[in-house]
Amino acid sequence: MGFELTQEYIFGHLNYWLFSVLMMTGLYIVVAKGNLVKKIVGLNIFQTSVFMLYISMGKVTGGTAPIFPLDMQIDPDVIYSNPLPHVLILTAIVVGIATTALGLALIVRIQEEFNTIEEDDILKIERAITQAENAIHGESMGGPA
Amino acid sequence: MLVLTAIAVVRMRSLFAIAMLSGVFSLLSALLFVTLDAVDVAFTEAAVGAGISTVLVLGTLALTSRYEKPTNRSPALPLFVVIVTGAALIYGTLDMPNFGSPDAPAQTHVGPDYLEGSVHEIDIPNVVTSILASYRGYDTLGETAVVFTAGIGVLLLISGLSGRRRRDDEEESEET
Amino acid sequence: MRHHLILRVITKLLVGAIMLFAFYVQFHGDFSPGGGFQAGVIMAVAFILYGLVFSLHDVQQVFPPWLVHKLIALGVLLYAGTGVVSMFLGYGFLDYGAFTPDHPAHGQHYGIFAVELGVGITVTAVMVAIYYAFASRPPRLSDEEW
Repeated sequence: MGFELTQEYIFGHLNYWLFSVLMMTGLYIVVAKGNLVKKIVGLNIFQTSVFMLYISMGKVTGGTAPIFPLDMQIDPDVIYSNPLPHVLILTAIVVGIATTALGLALIVRIQEEFNTIEEDDILKIERAITQAENAIHGESMGGPA
Repeated sequence: MLVLTAIAVVRMRSLFAIAMLSGVFSLLSALLFVTLDAVDVAFTEAAVGAGISTVLVLGTLALTSRYEKPTNRSPALPLFVVIVTGAALIYGTLDMPNFGSPDAPAQTHVGPDYLEGSVHEIDIPNVVTSILASYRGYDTLGETAVVFTAGIGVLLLISGLSGRRRRDDEEESEET
Repeated sequence: MRHHLILRVITKLLVGAIMLFAFYVQFHGDFSPGGGFQAGVIMAVAFILYGLVFSLHDVQQVFPPWLVHKLIALGVLLYAGTGVVSMFLGYGFLDYGAFTPDHPAHGQHYGIFAVELGVGITVTAVMVAIYYAFASRPPRLSDEEW
């Protein structure tokens, strides 16, 4: 890879690195924390940092928002940022909130069934249920589920 | 600022504070979107992230519990996975074009085409709207269908079932 | 929520303004930042705010759940229907030039208008429906525990 660690290079890539760090913070919350609501918030952080990555790719230095003057008399000297990532992310945000709501609804149902939203407790209860079923039906039902 | 907020979310145990912090995170990212010229996106993020998503998380908390239980799992393995993934991601960005460079691949093909074509073909000042609804109308139709499906899913999961839940509770109390 | 007088008065003032702003964002989205997705969310926020400060019962009298459920489907139908109409006029699916063949750009305006309206209706209805679904469950925590 032919790149040099010049100051320009570092500042040109600092934004990608920042978003990677944010993304990993979100991933850490999802993997390491047991509370389901907290996991959803972590997923949101992850998601938002992906959005930032996309939007930062569409930015052009010295550019402005991709909205023309009302009279459509476009000054050829004005640079506009790339509108395509904006469109993709715009729809992704709204779809993201809809899927987040679906996840939260699942959490509410889990709370009602298991009376807890901690992953460890849920696993414990499920293991107890499996053992109870095995004790009743014996191993002939196919062994431990 | 964003990183600090995210780390605060990791450390906090009160879920109420986490809900508020995620709202703060959304507002901060909306500010970032404005500086990156994505005004439409910033608008949506501020309305969705800081408004609706906070209300939904709070609604869930009212139905579940307010505090996170401390876990006794060691953070070593997740931390290792996260650091390896992060290193891979950063390695992947080393070949990326510099931030804001006008000759990046993303700026040279479709983007300018949409910008120029939108003037004659659509005649609408806001290019984001013209791409959203016209050039990429199929995409947006799909996205609307996803929102529709998610709405149906939430309705199926948690509405009109409160009667059944009460009956379940009664059965449980009879069993014990 | 009987005692929050200031909240209730301010909400009554704000709900109208928020709805007006939602319509502005919806129908002015061609010329300024905005569009169906944002307008739908803002519109839903107006109903959610009303529901939070007053009660679920009050907001459901204004915007009953059966209407919300119909609107969820209506928005998608309006969007897809626009495409089908343009198909019957002899153009491609979602090719808005079909509406005014002698001046395609005008047709684009009408098409984008209809499509954004469909998006706005669906997003509003879905967000309000999700809020109703969450708020209509009996809460486990009482107000004092917060």
